[in-house]
Amino acid sequence: MRDAFVQALTALAGTDLRIILLTADLGFGVLTDFATRFPRQFLNVGVAEQNMTGVAAGLALEGRIVFTYSIANFPTLRCLEQIRNDVCYHHANVKIVSVGGGMSYGALGMSHHATEDIAILRTLPNMTLVSPGDRWEVREATKVLVQRPGPAYLRLDKSAAPDAPRAGECFDLDKARKIREGHDITLAATGGILGEAVEAERMLRTKGIACRVLSIHTVKPLDVDSLASAARETGGIISIEEHTVEGGLGSAIAETLLERGVIPGFFRRLGLRSGFAGVGSQEYLRKRYGLDSLAIVDAAVSLLRSGRREVAVVA
Amino acid sequence: MIQPHKECPRPILLDSRELAKRIRIHSLGMTSRGGGAHIGAIFSCADILAVLYAGGLNVRPGDPKWPGRDRFVLSKGHAGGGLYAALAERGFFPLEKLHTHYMDGSDLCGHVSHHNVPGVEFSTGALGHGLSVACGLAYAAKSAGAPHRIFALISDGECNEGSTWEAIAFAAQHHLDNLVGIVDYNKLQGLAPVSEVIELEPFAEKWASFGWCAREVNGHDHASLRQAVQAIPFTHGKPSCVLAHTIKGKGVSFMENTVLWHYRVARGSEYDSALLELEQTA
Repeated sequence: MRDAFVQALTALAGTDLRIILLTADLGFGVLTDFATRFPRQFLNVGVAEQNMTGVAAGLALEGRIVFTYSIANFPTLRCLEQIRNDVCYHHANVKIVSVGGGMSYGALGMSHHATEDIAILRTLPNMTLVSPGDRWEVREATKVLVQRPGPAYLRLDKSAAPDAPRAGECFDLDKARKIREGHDITLAATGGILGEAVEAERMLRTKGIACRVLSIHTVKPLDVDSLASAARETGGIISIEEHTVEGGLGSAIAETLLERGVIPGFFRRLGLRSGFAGVGSQEYLRKRYGLDSLAIVDAAVSLLRSGRREVAVVA
Repeated sequence: MIQPHKECPRPILLDSRELAKRIRIHSLGMTSRGGGAHIGAIFSCADILAVLYAGGLNVRPGDPKWPGRDRFVLSKGHAGGGLYAALAERGFFPLEKLHTHYMDGSDLCGHVSHHNVPGVEFSTGALGHGLSVACGLAYAAKSAGAPHRIFALISDGECNEGSTWEAIAFAAQHHLDNLVGIVDYNKLQGLAPVSEVIELEPFAEKWASFGWCAREVNGHDHASLRQAVQAIPFTHGKPSCVLAHTIKGKGVSFMENTVLWHYRVARGSEYDSALLELEQTA
Protein backbone atom coordinates (compact mmCIF):
# COMPACT_ATOMS: atom_id res chain seq x y z
CA MET A 1 0.00 0.00 0.00
CA ARG A 2 2.86 2.30 0.84
CA ASP A 3 4.32 2.01 -2.65
CA ALA A 4 0.91 2.52 -4.23
CA PHE A 5 0.53 5.72 -2.24
CA VAL A 6 3.98 7.04 -3.12
CA GLN A 7 3.45 6.25 -6.80
CA ALA A 8 0.10 8.00 -6.82
CA LEU A 9 1.46 11.05 -5.02
CA THR A 10 4.48 11.17 -7.34
CA ALA A 11 2.18 11.25 -10.36
CA LEU A 12 0.10 14.02 -8.80
CA ALA A 13 3.01 16.14 -7.57
CA GLY A 14 4.34 16.51 -11.11
CA THR A 15 1.27 18.44 -12.16
CA ASP A 16 0.25 20.11 -8.90
CA LEU A 17 3.00 22.22 -7.41
CA ARG A 18 0.92 22.89 -4.30
CA ILE A 19 1.62 19.35 -3.10
CA ILE A 20 4.37 19.03 -0.52
CA LEU A 21 5.40 15.87 1.31
CA LEU A 22 6.78 16.14 4.84
CA THR A 23 8.41 13.18 6.50
CA ALA A 24 9.61 12.79 10.06
CA ASP A 25 12.82 11.10 8.90
CA LEU A 26 11.19 7.86 7.77
CA GLY A 27 10.70 6.28 4.37
CA PHE A 28 14.20 4.98 3.66
CA GLY A 29 14.46 4.00 0.02
CA VAL A 30 10.76 4.65 -0.50
CA LEU A 31 10.70 8.42 -0.79
CA THR A 32 14.05 8.82 -2.54
CA ASP A 33 12.59 9.06 -6.02
CA PHE A 34 9.99 11.59 -4.92
CA ALA A 35 12.62 13.68 -3.12
CA THR A 36 14.93 13.62 -6.12
CA ARG A 37 12.27 14.54 -8.65
CA PHE A 38 10.53 17.17 -6.54
CA PRO A 39 13.10 18.69 -4.16
CA ARG A 40 10.92 21.77 -3.66
CA GLN A 41 7.97 19.60 -2.74
CA PHE A 42 9.75 17.40 -0.22
CA LEU A 43 10.89 18.19 3.29
CA ASN A 44 12.42 15.92 5.89
CA VAL A 45 11.67 17.76 9.14
CA GLY A 46 13.63 15.34 11.28
CA VAL A 47 12.36 13.14 14.07
CA ALA A 48 9.95 15.77 15.32
CA GLU A 49 6.32 14.90 14.64
CA GLN A 50 4.86 17.74 16.68
CA ASN A 51 6.84 20.28 14.71
CA MET A 52 6.07 18.46 11.46
CA THR A 53 2.35 18.80 12.09
CA GLY A 54 2.56 22.46 13.11
CA VAL A 55 4.72 23.29 10.10
CA ALA A 56 2.22 21.39 7.94
CA ALA A 57 -0.62 23.54 9.28
CA GLY A 58 1.34 26.70 8.50
CA LEU A 59 2.14 25.55 4.97
CA ALA A 60 -1.47 24.54 4.39
CA LEU A 61 -2.74 27.95 5.48
CA GLU A 62 -0.55 29.42 2.74
CA GLY A 63 -2.25 27.28 0.12
CA ARG A 64 -0.12 24.16 0.03
CA ILE A 65 -1.55 20.63 0.00
CA VAL A 66 0.51 19.01 2.70
CA PHE A 67 1.09 15.31 3.33
CA THR A 68 2.78 14.35 6.60
CA TYR A 69 4.36 10.91 6.52
CA SER A 70 5.62 8.57 9.17
CA ILE A 71 4.90 5.13 10.52
CA ALA A 72 2.62 3.57 13.13
CA ASN A 73 1.52 6.06 15.81
CA PHE A 74 4.18 8.69 15.21
CA PRO A 75 2.28 10.99 12.83
CA THR A 76 -0.96 10.59 14.79
CA LEU A 77 -0.80 9.98 18.53
CA ARG A 78 2.57 11.60 19.10
CA CYS A 79 1.27 14.90 17.79
CA LEU A 80 -2.42 14.49 18.48
CA GLU A 81 -2.89 17.97 19.92
CA GLN A 82 -1.23 19.58 16.91
CA ILE A 83 -3.62 17.61 14.70
CA ARG A 84 -6.61 18.71 16.76
CA ASN A 85 -5.76 22.37 17.32
CA ASP A 86 -3.49 23.36 14.46
CA VAL A 87 -4.92 21.21 11.67
CA CYS A 88 -8.55 20.40 12.47
CA TYR A 89 -9.60 23.65 14.15
CA HIS A 90 -8.14 25.60 11.24
CA HIS A 91 -9.54 23.18 8.66
CA ALA A 92 -6.00 23.07 7.33
CA ASN A 93 -5.35 21.08 4.18
CA VAL A 94 -3.12 18.51 5.82
CA LYS A 95 -3.25 14.82 4.98
CA ILE A 96 -1.68 12.64 7.64
CA VAL A 97 -0.28 9.42 6.28
CA SER A 98 0.69 6.55 8.52
CA VAL A 99 2.41 3.57 7.03
CA GLY A 100 1.94 0.50 9.16
CA GLY A 101 -1.69 0.50 10.21
CA GLY A 102 -2.72 -2.15 12.72
CA MET A 103 -0.04 -4.75 13.33
CA SER A 104 1.85 -4.30 10.05
CA TYR A 105 5.00 -3.91 12.12
CA GLY A 106 3.94 -6.66 14.51
CA ALA A 107 7.40 -7.98 15.31
CA LEU A 108 8.68 -4.51 16.23
CA GLY A 109 6.50 -4.53 19.30
CA MET A 110 3.74 -2.51 20.88
CA SER A 111 5.28 0.91 20.13
CA HIS A 112 4.78 0.15 16.43
CA HIS A 113 1.25 -1.26 16.65
CA ALA A 114 -1.28 1.30 15.44
CA THR A 115 -4.29 -0.22 17.09
CA GLU A 116 -6.14 2.73 18.64
CA ASP A 117 -5.66 5.34 15.93
CA ILE A 118 -9.02 4.95 14.20
CA ALA A 119 -10.91 5.36 17.47
CA ILE A 120 -8.96 8.44 18.45
CA LEU A 121 -8.76 10.25 15.14
CA ARG A 122 -12.35 9.72 14.13
CA THR A 123 -13.49 11.82 17.06
CA LEU A 124 -11.71 14.90 15.74
CA PRO A 125 -13.92 17.54 14.14
CA ASN A 126 -13.39 18.15 10.39
CA MET A 127 -11.36 14.94 10.03
CA THR A 128 -11.80 12.54 7.14
CA LEU A 129 -10.51 9.07 7.99
CA VAL A 130 -9.52 6.75 5.16
CA SER A 131 -8.31 3.21 5.69
CA PRO A 132 -8.11 1.53 2.27
CA GLY A 133 -8.42 -2.20 1.80
CA ASP A 134 -6.42 -2.64 -1.39
CA ARG A 135 -3.88 -0.80 -3.53
CA TRP A 136 -6.46 0.41 -6.01
CA GLU A 137 -8.32 2.12 -3.19
CA VAL A 138 -5.04 3.64 -1.99
CA ARG A 139 -4.34 5.16 -5.40
CA GLU A 140 -7.88 6.41 -5.88
CA ALA A 141 -8.17 7.76 -2.34
CA THR A 142 -4.89 9.65 -2.72
CA LYS A 143 -6.26 11.38 -5.83
CA VAL A 144 -9.49 12.29 -4.06
CA LEU A 145 -7.71 13.62 -0.99
CA VAL A 146 -5.63 15.97 -3.14
CA GLN A 147 -8.85 17.33 -4.64
CA ARG A 148 -10.76 17.59 -1.36
CA PRO A 149 -9.60 20.37 0.98
CA GLY A 150 -9.35 19.82 4.69
CA PRO A 151 -7.80 17.47 7.21
CA ALA A 152 -7.57 13.77 6.50
CA TYR A 153 -5.93 10.69 7.89
CA LEU A 154 -4.78 8.02 5.44
CA ARG A 155 -4.05 4.76 7.23
CA LEU A 156 -1.94 2.44 5.14
CA ASP A 157 -1.41 -1.22 5.82
CA LYS A 158 1.46 -3.48 4.92
CA SER A 159 -1.00 -6.12 3.75
CA ALA A 160 -3.65 -5.51 1.12
CA ALA A 161 -6.59 -7.35 -0.34
CA PRO A 162 -6.26 -8.28 -4.03
CA ASP A 163 -7.16 -5.33 -6.26
CA ALA A 164 -10.65 -5.94 -7.56
CA PRO A 165 -12.12 -2.85 -9.16
CA ARG A 166 -15.08 -3.69 -11.35
CA ALA A 167 -14.73 -2.76 -15.00
CA GLY A 168 -15.17 0.98 -15.21
CA GLU A 169 -15.63 1.35 -11.45
CA CYS A 170 -15.37 4.90 -10.14
CA PHE A 171 -14.04 5.32 -6.65
CA ASP A 172 -16.31 7.29 -4.35
CA LEU A 173 -14.68 8.22 -1.06
CA ASP A 174 -18.06 8.56 0.60
CA LYS A 175 -19.41 5.16 -0.45
CA ALA A 176 -18.40 1.75 0.84
CA ARG A 177 -17.45 -0.70 -1.90
CA LYS A 178 -19.40 -3.89 -2.29
CA ILE A 179 -16.65 -6.41 -3.06
CA ARG A 180 -18.94 -9.46 -3.01
CA GLU A 181 -22.72 -9.78 -3.00
CA GLY A 182 -24.60 -12.13 -0.73
CA HIS A 183 -27.56 -12.17 1.64
CA ASP A 184 -26.71 -14.53 4.48
CA ILE A 185 -24.25 -12.30 6.28
CA THR A 186 -22.25 -9.10 5.79
CA LEU A 187 -18.52 -8.90 6.40
CA ALA A 188 -17.62 -5.23 6.79
CA ALA A 189 -13.88 -4.68 6.90
CA THR A 190 -11.54 -1.70 6.97
CA GLY A 191 -7.88 -1.72 5.97
CA GLY A 192 -5.74 -4.49 4.52
CA ILE A 193 -7.56 -7.03 6.65
CA LEU A 194 -10.21 -6.82 3.93
CA GLY A 195 -8.09 -9.57 2.35
CA GLU A 196 -9.03 -11.91 5.22
CA ALA A 197 -12.70 -11.08 4.69
CA VAL A 198 -12.44 -11.83 0.98
CA GLU A 199 -10.78 -15.16 1.74
CA ALA A 200 -13.41 -15.95 4.40
CA GLU A 201 -16.14 -15.25 1.85
CA ARG A 202 -14.61 -17.80 -0.48
CA MET A 203 -14.44 -20.43 2.26
CA LEU A 204 -17.97 -19.71 3.42
CA ARG A 205 -19.24 -20.00 -0.13
CA THR A 206 -18.00 -23.59 -0.19
CA LYS A 207 -20.19 -24.19 2.87
CA GLY A 208 -23.18 -22.74 1.08
CA ILE A 209 -23.08 -19.43 2.93
CA ALA A 210 -23.31 -16.32 0.77
CA CYS A 211 -21.54 -13.28 2.18
CA ARG A 212 -21.76 -9.65 1.28
CA VAL A 213 -18.29 -8.16 1.67
CA LEU A 214 -18.03 -4.42 2.17
CA SER A 215 -14.80 -2.49 2.05
CA ILE A 216 -15.27 0.35 4.49
CA HIS A 217 -12.31 2.29 3.12
CA THR A 218 -13.62 5.46 4.71
CA VAL A 219 -14.55 5.26 8.37
CA LYS A 220 -15.36 8.94 8.63
CA PRO A 221 -17.68 9.98 7.12
CA LEU A 222 -19.19 6.51 7.43
CA ASP A 223 -21.43 5.29 4.62
CA VAL A 224 -24.42 4.57 6.84
CA ASP A 225 -26.71 3.85 3.90
CA SER A 226 -24.68 0.88 2.73
CA LEU A 227 -24.50 -0.46 6.27
CA ALA A 228 -28.21 0.03 6.87
CA SER A 229 -28.92 -1.83 3.64
CA ALA A 230 -26.60 -4.60 4.80
CA ALA A 231 -28.47 -4.78 8.10
CA ARG A 232 -31.82 -5.02 6.32
CA GLU A 233 -30.88 -7.25 3.41
CA THR A 234 -28.51 -9.74 5.07
CA GLY A 235 -28.76 -11.86 8.19
CA GLY A 236 -26.39 -9.73 10.22
CA ILE A 237 -23.08 -7.92 10.27
CA ILE A 238 -19.57 -8.81 11.35
CA SER A 239 -17.18 -5.87 11.49
CA ILE A 240 -13.52 -6.65 10.95
CA GLU A 241 -10.64 -4.36 11.83
CA GLU A 242 -7.01 -4.71 12.88
CA HIS A 243 -7.62 -2.35 15.75
CA THR A 244 -9.15 -2.38 19.18
CA VAL A 245 -12.89 -3.04 19.15
CA GLU A 246 -13.30 -0.05 21.42
CA GLY A 247 -14.19 2.95 19.33
CA GLY A 248 -13.14 1.62 15.96
CA LEU A 249 -15.08 0.57 12.88
CA GLY A 250 -17.38 -1.80 14.76
CA SER A 251 -18.24 0.89 17.25
CA ALA A 252 -18.91 3.38 14.50
CA ILE A 253 -21.25 0.93 12.75
CA ALA A 254 -23.09 0.06 15.97
CA GLU A 255 -23.55 3.69 16.97
CA THR A 256 -24.87 4.87 13.65
CA LEU A 257 -27.16 1.91 12.95
CA LEU A 258 -28.68 1.99 16.42
CA GLU A 259 -29.28 5.69 16.15
CA ARG A 260 -30.94 5.18 12.78
CA GLY A 261 -33.15 2.50 14.24
CA VAL A 262 -31.80 -0.24 11.98
CA ILE A 263 -30.91 -3.30 14.04
CA PRO A 264 -29.07 -6.10 12.26
CA GLY A 265 -30.18 -9.68 12.92
CA PHE A 266 -26.88 -10.24 14.66
CA PHE A 267 -23.77 -8.19 15.11
CA ARG A 268 -20.23 -8.94 16.13
CA ARG A 269 -17.10 -6.84 16.23
CA LEU A 270 -13.92 -8.67 15.32
CA GLY A 271 -10.90 -6.77 16.56
CA LEU A 272 -8.47 -6.67 19.44
CA ARG A 273 -10.00 -7.22 22.84
CA SER A 274 -7.17 -8.21 25.08
CA GLY A 275 -5.00 -5.17 25.63
CA PHE A 276 -1.64 -4.78 23.97
CA ALA A 277 -0.88 -7.31 21.29
CA GLY A 278 2.12 -9.61 21.43
CA VAL A 279 5.04 -9.94 19.07
CA GLY A 280 5.05 -11.54 15.66
CA SER A 281 4.28 -11.18 11.99
CA GLN A 282 1.02 -9.60 10.93
CA GLU A 283 -0.17 -13.03 9.78
CA TYR A 284 0.75 -14.66 13.09
CA LEU A 285 -0.88 -11.94 15.16
CA ARG A 286 -4.10 -12.06 13.14
CA LYS A 287 -4.31 -15.78 13.80
CA ARG A 288 -3.45 -15.37 17.46
CA TYR A 289 -6.11 -12.74 18.07
CA GLY A 290 -8.86 -14.31 16.03
CA LEU A 291 -8.73 -11.95 13.08
CA ASP A 292 -7.70 -14.21 10.23
CA SER A 293 -9.99 -15.70 7.60
CA LEU A 294 -10.52 -18.91 9.58
CA ALA A 295 -11.62 -16.95 12.63
CA ILE A 296 -14.01 -14.93 10.47
CA VAL A 297 -15.47 -18.17 9.08
CA ASP A 298 -15.91 -19.56 12.60
CA ALA A 299 -17.61 -16.39 13.77
CA ALA A 300 -19.93 -16.36 10.77
CA VAL A 301 -20.88 -20.02 11.15
CA SER A 302 -21.55 -19.77 14.87
CA LEU A 303 -23.62 -16.61 14.50
CA LEU A 304 -25.71 -18.15 11.74
CA ARG A 305 -26.17 -21.38 13.71
CA SER A 306 -27.17 -19.74 16.94
CA GLY A 307 -30.07 -17.93 15.32
CA ARG A 308 -30.48 -14.65 13.67
CA ARG A 309 -31.61 -12.67 16.70
CA GLU A 310 -28.46 -13.16 18.68
CA VAL A 311 -26.50 -10.08 19.49
CA ALA A 312 -23.06 -11.15 20.57
CA VAL A 313 -21.65 -9.22 23.47
CA VAL A 314 -18.19 -10.21 24.55
CA ALA A 315 -16.55 -8.19 27.28
CA MET B 1 18.52 28.71 -1.97
CA ILE B 2 16.57 30.91 0.36
CA GLN B 3 16.93 34.60 -0.36
CA PRO B 4 17.31 37.10 2.47
CA HIS B 5 14.35 39.27 3.23
CA LYS B 6 14.36 42.80 1.77
CA GLU B 7 13.58 45.58 4.17
CA CYS B 8 10.80 47.97 3.29
CA PRO B 9 9.73 51.10 5.18
CA ARG B 10 6.68 50.82 7.40
CA PRO B 11 4.79 53.90 8.49
CA ILE B 12 3.97 54.39 12.15
CA LEU B 13 0.22 54.39 12.21
CA LEU B 14 -0.54 55.03 15.85
CA ASP B 15 1.30 56.21 18.91
CA SER B 16 2.53 52.99 20.44
CA ARG B 17 2.57 54.33 24.02
CA GLU B 18 -1.05 55.33 23.69
CA LEU B 19 -1.90 51.97 22.12
CA ALA B 20 -0.20 50.09 24.97
CA LYS B 21 -2.17 52.10 27.49
CA ARG B 22 -5.42 51.34 25.71
CA ILE B 23 -4.56 47.62 25.42
CA ARG B 24 -4.03 47.50 29.19
CA ILE B 25 -7.20 49.42 30.00
CA HIS B 26 -9.33 47.33 27.62
CA SER B 27 -7.82 44.11 28.95
CA LEU B 28 -8.48 45.11 32.54
CA GLY B 29 -12.12 45.75 31.68
CA MET B 30 -12.46 42.64 29.54
CA THR B 31 -11.06 40.29 32.16
CA SER B 32 -13.01 41.94 34.96
CA ARG B 33 -16.35 41.88 33.13
CA GLY B 34 -15.82 38.39 31.77
CA GLY B 35 -14.44 37.10 35.04
CA GLY B 36 -11.21 35.59 33.80
CA ALA B 37 -8.15 35.16 31.59
CA HIS B 38 -4.58 36.02 32.44
CA ILE B 39 -4.27 39.75 33.00
CA GLY B 40 -0.65 39.48 34.21
CA ALA B 41 0.41 37.73 31.03
CA ILE B 42 -1.38 40.32 28.90
CA PHE B 43 0.23 43.24 30.70
CA SER B 44 3.71 41.77 30.29
CA CYS B 45 3.38 41.74 26.49
CA ALA B 46 1.14 44.79 26.01
CA ASP B 47 4.07 46.96 24.93
CA ILE B 48 5.25 44.36 22.44
CA LEU B 49 1.75 44.10 20.95
CA ALA B 50 1.50 47.89 20.85
CA VAL B 51 4.77 48.37 18.97
CA LEU B 52 3.77 45.66 16.48
CA TYR B 53 0.27 46.99 15.86
CA ALA B 54 1.28 50.64 15.91
CA GLY B 55 3.25 50.14 12.73
CA GLY B 56 5.73 47.36 13.33
CA LEU B 57 3.56 44.97 11.35
CA ASN B 58 2.65 45.59 7.75
CA VAL B 59 -1.08 44.88 7.92
CA ARG B 60 -4.29 46.25 6.44
CA PRO B 61 -7.18 46.35 8.89
CA GLY B 62 -9.65 46.76 6.02
CA ASP B 63 -8.24 43.71 4.26
CA PRO B 64 -7.16 41.32 7.01
CA LYS B 65 -6.36 38.47 4.60
CA TRP B 66 -4.28 40.66 2.27
CA PRO B 67 -1.64 38.21 0.96
CA GLY B 68 1.22 40.68 1.46
CA ARG B 69 0.59 41.15 5.18
CA ASP B 70 3.09 40.30 7.86
CA ARG B 71 1.84 37.26 9.76
CA PHE B 72 1.61 37.45 13.54
CA VAL B 73 1.09 34.28 15.57
CA LEU B 74 0.32 34.74 19.24
CA SER B 75 1.74 31.49 20.50
CA LYS B 76 1.13 32.46 24.13
CA GLY B 77 -2.58 32.29 23.41
CA HIS B 78 -3.50 33.05 27.01
CA ALA B 79 -2.74 36.70 26.25
CA GLY B 80 -5.57 36.67 23.70
CA GLY B 81 -7.32 39.58 25.40
CA GLY B 82 -4.35 41.81 24.65
CA LEU B 83 -4.33 40.85 20.98
CA TYR B 84 -8.09 41.39 20.65
CA ALA B 85 -7.67 44.86 22.15
CA ALA B 86 -4.79 45.70 19.81
CA LEU B 87 -6.75 44.52 16.77
CA ALA B 88 -9.87 46.44 17.75
CA GLU B 89 -7.87 49.62 18.37
CA ARG B 90 -6.12 49.13 15.06
CA GLY B 91 -9.49 48.94 13.33
CA PHE B 92 -9.85 45.26 12.50
CA PHE B 93 -13.24 45.10 14.20
CA PRO B 94 -15.41 47.39 16.33
CA LEU B 95 -14.28 48.17 19.86
CA GLU B 96 -17.73 47.13 21.12
CA LYS B 97 -16.90 43.50 20.35
CA LEU B 98 -14.36 43.61 23.18
CA HIS B 99 -17.25 43.83 25.65
CA THR B 100 -18.20 40.24 24.87
CA HIS B 101 -14.81 38.81 25.89
CA TYR B 102 -15.05 35.58 27.93
CA MET B 103 -18.83 35.72 27.91
CA ASP B 104 -21.45 33.17 26.84
CA GLY B 105 -21.62 32.88 23.08
CA SER B 106 -18.68 35.21 22.44
CA ASP B 107 -16.16 34.89 19.62
CA LEU B 108 -13.50 36.20 21.97
CA CYS B 109 -12.44 33.26 24.13
CA GLY B 110 -9.77 33.50 26.80
CA HIS B 111 -7.23 31.87 24.53
CA VAL B 112 -6.96 33.48 21.15
CA SER B 113 -9.21 32.16 18.38
CA HIS B 114 -9.52 33.25 14.76
CA HIS B 115 -13.11 32.25 14.03
CA ASN B 116 -15.09 35.45 13.38
CA VAL B 117 -12.21 37.59 14.63
CA PRO B 118 -10.61 39.49 11.74
CA GLY B 119 -6.88 39.92 12.10
CA VAL B 120 -6.19 36.84 14.20
CA GLU B 121 -3.82 34.77 12.11
CA PHE B 122 -3.90 31.59 14.14
CA SER B 123 -5.71 30.11 17.12
CA THR B 124 -3.65 28.93 20.04
CA GLY B 125 -3.99 28.22 23.72
CA ALA B 126 -2.03 25.03 24.17
CA LEU B 127 1.59 26.03 24.57
CA GLY B 128 4.35 25.02 22.20
CA HIS B 129 2.31 25.15 18.99
CA GLY B 130 2.74 28.64 17.56
CA LEU B 131 6.39 28.64 16.62
CA SER B 132 6.01 25.48 14.51
CA VAL B 133 3.09 27.00 12.65
CA ALA B 134 5.08 30.19 12.16
CA CYS B 135 7.88 28.06 10.71
CA GLY B 136 5.39 26.63 8.21
CA LEU B 137 4.21 30.13 7.28
CA ALA B 138 7.82 31.29 6.94
CA TYR B 139 8.87 28.28 4.88
CA ALA B 140 5.91 28.84 2.55
CA ALA B 141 6.82 32.53 2.15
CA LYS B 142 10.44 31.68 1.38
CA SER B 143 9.41 29.04 -1.15
CA ALA B 144 7.12 31.51 -2.88
CA GLY B 145 9.67 34.34 -2.77
CA ALA B 146 7.18 36.47 -0.82
CA PRO B 147 8.73 39.36 1.13
CA HIS B 148 6.43 39.44 4.15
CA ARG B 149 7.66 38.51 7.60
CA ILE B 150 6.34 36.13 10.21
CA PHE B 151 6.28 37.04 13.89
CA ALA B 152 5.60 34.63 16.72
CA LEU B 153 5.20 35.84 20.28
CA ILE B 154 6.01 33.10 22.73
CA SER B 155 6.18 32.95 26.51
CA ASP B 156 9.11 31.86 28.61
CA GLY B 157 7.10 29.07 30.21
CA GLU B 158 6.40 27.86 26.69
CA CYS B 159 10.09 27.13 26.34
CA ASN B 160 9.54 24.17 28.67
CA GLU B 161 7.74 22.52 25.76
CA GLY B 162 9.94 20.25 23.65
CA SER B 163 8.00 21.19 20.54
CA THR B 164 9.20 24.80 20.89
CA TRP B 165 12.76 23.57 20.58
CA GLU B 166 11.85 21.36 17.63
CA ALA B 167 10.65 24.51 15.90
CA ILE B 168 13.70 26.52 16.92
CA ALA B 169 15.98 23.88 15.41
CA PHE B 170 13.87 23.66 12.23
CA ALA B 171 13.89 27.42 11.64
CA ALA B 172 17.66 27.64 11.79
CA GLN B 173 18.13 24.57 9.62
CA HIS B 174 16.08 26.20 6.87
CA HIS B 175 17.55 29.69 7.27
CA LEU B 176 14.18 31.26 7.93
CA ASP B 177 15.37 34.84 8.25
CA ASN B 178 11.83 36.02 7.55
CA LEU B 179 10.86 34.57 10.92
CA VAL B 180 10.98 36.50 14.20
CA GLY B 181 10.51 34.84 17.55
CA ILE B 182 9.71 37.33 20.27
CA VAL B 183 9.98 35.94 23.77
CA ASP B 184 7.93 37.62 26.48
CA TYR B 185 10.52 36.86 29.14
CA ASN B 186 8.68 37.87 32.30
CA LYS B 187 10.38 35.17 34.35
CA LEU B 188 7.23 33.93 36.02
CA GLN B 189 5.32 30.87 34.89
CA GLY B 190 2.24 28.97 36.03
CA LEU B 191 3.23 28.18 39.58
CA ALA B 192 6.60 29.76 40.29
CA PRO B 193 9.53 31.76 38.95
CA VAL B 194 11.04 30.31 35.78
CA SER B 195 14.38 29.89 37.55
CA GLU B 196 12.77 27.59 40.13
CA VAL B 197 10.90 25.45 37.59
CA ILE B 198 13.12 24.98 34.53
CA GLU B 199 15.94 27.50 34.36
CA LEU B 200 16.24 28.99 30.88
CA GLU B 201 19.51 30.85 31.33
CA PRO B 202 21.77 31.29 29.56
CA PHE B 203 18.73 31.97 27.42
CA ALA B 204 20.09 34.15 24.61
CA GLU B 205 23.00 31.76 24.25
CA LYS B 206 20.57 28.86 23.88
CA TRP B 207 18.88 30.56 20.92
CA ALA B 208 22.24 31.48 19.45
CA SER B 209 23.57 27.96 19.83
CA PHE B 210 20.51 26.70 17.93
CA GLY B 211 21.46 28.97 15.03
CA TRP B 212 19.32 32.03 15.67
CA CYS B 213 20.50 35.60 15.99
CA ALA B 214 19.22 36.71 19.39
CA ARG B 215 18.97 40.26 20.67
CA GLU B 216 18.00 41.18 24.23
CA VAL B 217 15.81 44.22 24.76
CA ASN B 218 13.76 45.86 27.46
CA GLY B 219 10.29 44.62 26.52
CA HIS B 220 8.64 47.75 27.87
CA ASP B 221 10.90 50.22 26.08
CA HIS B 222 9.13 51.05 22.85
CA ALA B 223 12.13 52.64 21.17
CA SER B 224 14.20 49.49 21.74
CA LEU B 225 11.42 47.21 20.58
CA ARG B 226 10.82 49.34 17.48
CA GLN B 227 14.51 49.42 16.71
CA ALA B 228 14.68 45.63 17.01
CA VAL B 229 11.68 45.11 14.73
CA GLN B 230 13.14 47.48 12.16
CA ALA B 231 16.49 45.66 12.21
CA ILE B 232 15.03 42.30 11.21
CA PRO B 233 16.64 40.11 10.06
CA PHE B 234 19.45 40.72 12.51
CA THR B 235 21.63 38.46 10.38
CA HIS B 236 20.89 37.40 6.84
CA GLY B 237 20.15 33.71 6.64
CA LYS B 238 19.24 33.34 10.30
CA PRO B 239 15.93 33.58 12.13
CA SER B 240 15.79 36.47 14.59
CA CYS B 241 15.01 36.18 18.29
CA VAL B 242 13.94 39.22 20.26
CA LEU B 243 14.43 38.27 23.88
CA ALA B 244 12.21 40.85 25.53
CA HIS B 245 12.81 41.26 29.25
CA THR B 246 9.45 42.08 30.75
CA ILE B 247 7.60 42.31 34.03
CA LYS B 248 4.53 40.21 34.53
CA GLY B 249 1.58 42.44 35.38
CA LYS B 250 3.48 45.51 34.15
CA GLY B 251 1.55 48.74 34.60
CA VAL B 252 -0.30 48.05 37.83
CA SER B 253 1.94 48.11 40.89
CA PHE B 254 0.21 45.40 42.90
CA MET B 255 0.03 43.04 39.91
CA GLU B 256 3.69 43.28 39.01
CA ASN B 257 5.97 40.29 39.50
CA THR B 258 3.47 38.06 41.19
CA VAL B 259 2.19 34.66 40.06
CA LEU B 260 -1.19 35.41 41.67
CA TRP B 261 -2.06 37.87 38.89
CA HIS B 262 -1.54 35.25 36.24
CA TYR B 263 -4.98 34.03 37.31
CA ARG B 264 -6.66 36.64 39.50
CA VAL B 265 -9.44 38.89 38.26
CA ALA B 266 -9.55 42.51 39.43
CA ARG B 267 -12.89 43.38 41.00
CA GLY B 268 -14.24 46.20 43.17
CA SER B 269 -11.58 48.36 44.71
CA GLU B 270 -8.82 46.36 43.01
CA TYR B 271 -10.34 47.19 39.67
CA ASP B 272 -10.68 50.86 40.56
CA SER B 273 -7.09 51.13 41.77
CA ALA B 274 -5.76 49.30 38.71
CA LEU B 275 -7.72 51.52 36.34
CA LEU B 276 -6.54 54.64 38.11
CA GLU B 277 -2.90 53.58 37.80
CA LEU B 278 -3.30 52.76 34.12
CA GLU B 279 -5.06 56.04 33.35
CA GLN B 280 -2.33 57.99 35.05
CA THR B 281 0.30 56.37 32.82
CA ALA B 282 1.80 58.90 30.50
